[in-house]
Amino acid sequence: MRIVVAVKYVPDIQSDRAFVDGRVERTSDDGTLNELDEHALEAALRIVEALPEDERAASEVVALTVAGEDADSALRKAFQLGVDRGVRVSDDAIAGSDYFGTARVLAAAVRALGADAPVDLVITGMAALDGLGSVVPVLLAAELDLPQLAIAGDLQVDAAARTATVTRELGHVTEVLEAPLPAVVSVTDHANDPRFPNFKLIMAARSKKVEAWSLADLDVDPATVGDAGARTRVVSAAPRPEKPEVELVVDKGEGGKALAEYLIRNELV
Amino acid sequence: MTRNVLVLLDTPASELRSPALEILTIARTLGTVEAVALEEPSAATLDQLAAHGVARVHRVDLPADLSDDARHLTPVVAEAFAAVARAAGAQVLLLTSSFPNKEVAARAAHTLGAGLVIDAAALRTADDGALVAGKRVFAGAWDTECAVSTDVAVVTVRANAVVPTPADASAVPEVVAHDVAPSASATAARVVSRTTHETDGDGRPELAEAAIVVAGGRGTDGDFTPVLDLADALGAAVGASRDAVFEGWFDTFVGQTGVTVAPRLYVGAGISGAPHHRGGMQASQVIVAVNNDPECPIFEICDFAVVGDLADVLPQAAAAIRAHKGV
Ligand SMILES: Cc1cc2nc3c(=O)[nH]c(=O)nc-3n(C[C@H](O)[C@H](O)[C@H](O)COP(=O)(O)OP(=O)(O)OC[C@H]3O[C@@H](n4cnc5c(N)ncnc54)[C@H](O)[C@@H]3O)c2cc1C
Ligand SMILES: Cc1cc2nc3c(=O)[nH]c(=O)nc-3n(C[C@H](O)[C@H](O)[C@H](O)COP(=O)(O)OP(=O)(O)OC[C@H]3O[C@@H](n4cnc5c(N)ncnc54)[C@H](O)[C@@H]3O)c2cc1C
Repeated sequence: MRIVVAVKYVPDIQSDRAFVDGRVERTSDDGTLNELDEHALEAALRIVEALPEDERAASEVVALTVAGEDADSALRKAFQLGVDRGVRVSDDAIAGSDYFGTARVLAAAVRALGADAPVDLVITGMAALDGLGSVVPVLLAAELDLPQLAIAGDLQVDAAARTATVTRELGHVTEVLEAPLPAVVSVTDHANDPRFPNFKLIMAARSKKVEAWSLADLDVDPATVGDAGARTRVVSAAPRPEKPEVELVVDKGEGGKALAEYLIRNELV
Repeated sequence: MTRNVLVLLDTPASELRSPALEILTIARTLGTVEAVALEEPSAATLDQLAAHGVARVHRVDLPADLSDDARHLTPVVAEAFAAVARAAGAQVLLLTSSFPNKEVAARAAHTLGAGLVIDAAALRTADDGALVAGKRVFAGAWDTECAVSTDVAVVTVRANAVVPTPADASAVPEVVAHDVAPSASATAARVVSRTTHETDGDGRPELAEAAIVVAGGRGTDGDFTPVLDLADALGAAVGASRDAVFEGWFDTFVGQTGVTVAPRLYVGAGISGAPHHRGGMQASQVIVAVNNDPECPIFEICDFAVVGDLADVLPQAAAAIRAHKGV
């Protein structure tokens, strides 16, 4: 079983996130592996761990990111969780990519990985905590012309039957979808509890090297990605004005009434 | 320049809900509005469309042998939407911002070579004629605008972006039928089952589209009665923090990975205000919190806050509101 997990390097949501010249400011201090992608990594590792011994030995989990060099810290985190390989696609021409540019580069990298031996499954997170589009997995499936199983709160892979089955909760609807492998799956934070790196994994991760690829390695025309290929461009980005000081009432028996009065005064009732 | 704007209707067979009426309202500011329905639109829906000045509804007829469940596969919906967009020569495709609709939007944009904006809060035409979408990002901390450079744009619009308003002049919509046969790729995933959960008939508004939301967190210690009480006094939808949902105290949570809300009023009770939670509610117009910790982070983004025990504060507030309303 060969599984590619797409992971994004994002600004920590606890940090002061900002835009510079219409792009997300990415500093190595505040950058991190998108938390939701830990669930994607966990899903991949568990699928491989559940295989019989011989198939397990022949299996591979590859973490794949499209990002600048700073993102190596995210791939090292993936190594510490137990992935076998880490691939980073970087190229000046990728900067400013929209959803489609990102999906196109990811798809080309999955194809390149598939040239060595077939890729059975691509797993992604449900959303990147910076862009929050939740569309890259679907576009990746469309680019690769593979079945799409998105927003999986549960993922079951039957390696023998070569199928993936997911359960997705969509408000008032629960869907169970099944597709033959290979397929593209995005998993939610309900899918599993990600593991923590242990000493053994941390030591093993030290010898693993990030493989850096460029667009030339992937046969992607630079004009179709990045700023050049983008179908949308940011024309303005401004921090919102600070809120005025909060009106704070300490409850000494009348707090509920004060709350009601505030709502009535502001015509919210 | 007047554009042809196509709106995907979520629930044409019953009646349109507020988010759909909101996008019809926005659509009118951009050009001529037409609608797409994958089911036969009901008389109620046609009345609503008439009031919003929609003169044409495109009804998609999928092959009879396609199962009811498979009609909801998002790649199938996307192919239908894109096919109508081509036939109608649409330049802007609008959808509400649910998770399935984001999938539909992405695949339709992929098919049409269109630019895609997810979770827009506003749409306008720039001086140079470009379509510009406003988005609030980074947990509501930044306002951004992006321009679509392709001829066709696909945009999902978040709920409560505008107040739905009927058009000045109504229309009598004609229904135009289109036969669309989904490709093999669209049905590559098979629907094993699709279960619709009855809303428990509690009569409360939908969380994602409500004008007022009251949410409870770990501070409820498992007792949501005060939260429900205040919500009902306000006619509000009820939500929770993720921790409260993972504890099994409630079913839906607000936040970046849960439901994103942007109501006129959000009340958080016993919720600390973690960044993940804030990401899903910070765009609310007025934010009120009740928390017994004066240092809790949610107070930083509040307009009004009560430091106190929610079990005391909420019932008292609910009673005062009911008294004010005279019920
Ligand atoms: C605030 C903000 C708003 C944006 N709005 C738009 C917009 O409206 N239209 C538009 O076309 N572009 C937009 N972009 C650009 C877009 O974010 C990037 O193209 C981005 O790489 C993918 O989108 P996402 O972050 O929304 O990812 P999602 O679609 O939310 O990501 C889902 C999953 O896909 C995988 N993934 C996503 N990106 C990568 C990556 N670079 N490397 C590896 N795996 C990845 C991860 O597994 C992730 O969990 C926006 C960016 C930001 C920061
Ligand atoms: C990848 C990821 C995604 C996440 N996504 C989400 C998300 O979408 N939505 C979400 O909500 N969370 C999300 N979380 C979890 C989030 O980080 C927080 O853990 C969670 O929001 C905390 O819930 P809480 O505020 O109810 O609990 P706590 O943080 O424990 O806060 C409880 C609050 O209640 C107060 N309190 C206690 N007793 C009382 C009382 N009697 N009266 C009044 N106040 C009282 C306390 O002072 C405290 O401030 C996510 C986490 C991760 C890692």
